[in-house]
Amino acid sequence: MPKMNLSHLEASLLFAALASVVLGIVTKQTDHERLMYGIYCFGCFLAALFGLGWLMYFGHG
Amino acid sequence: MSKTSVPIVQWLPAVALAWAIPGGGHLLLKRRTRGLLLFGCVLIAFVAGLLMRGALFEPQTGDLFTTLIYCGGFIGNLASGVLYLLTVMMGYNQPDLAGHVHDYGTKFLVGAGLMNVLAMVDAYEIAAGKKS
Repeated sequence: MPKMNLSHLEASLLFAALASVVLGIVTKQTDHERLMYGIYCFGCFLAALFGLGWLMYFGHG
Repeated sequence: MSKTSVPIVQWLPAVALAWAIPGGGHLLLKRRTRGLLLFGCVLIAFVAGLLMRGALFEPQTGDLFTTLIYCGGFIGNLASGVLYLLTVMMGYNQPDLAGHVHDYGTKFLVGAGLMNVLAMVDAYEIAAGKKS
């Protein structure tokens, strides 16, 4: 079986994309709301990813 | 007690199928696009976890933290349904190794199961008539 080597960023982006699609599908009622909520969730994942990344960078000294 | 309890026969087939085959509950309920999207997401997360050589959890007891992590992880893995069962039947047995790729793989395997739990809840709500 081949092995997949993803960096922290790549793995986080892949997980964020998949989780956003699922959250969009199961949460809202119409297709437009689902799309908007999925994009919103992905944005939140990105904000948390980069925000926590910079926080750890500065916190590490 | 709720006055609007839904008969079990109305939602059990959809929820059981949603567990066994990710997105299957939605397909049974004629929500084809959503079912296929859910199947794709769970499948990609699970296969990515396998390709990153993530470890599958086995239930262990001990202190509270150990019990929570190992039993919770096992339930998360089991929630992937046929993907998990096939993987175990085919002999996948990856030890828990150090390294960020293995670690992400383990989280992807559990995450796939948790995404399927969301899909099962959604299938229940559709089957019970609580949403469209």
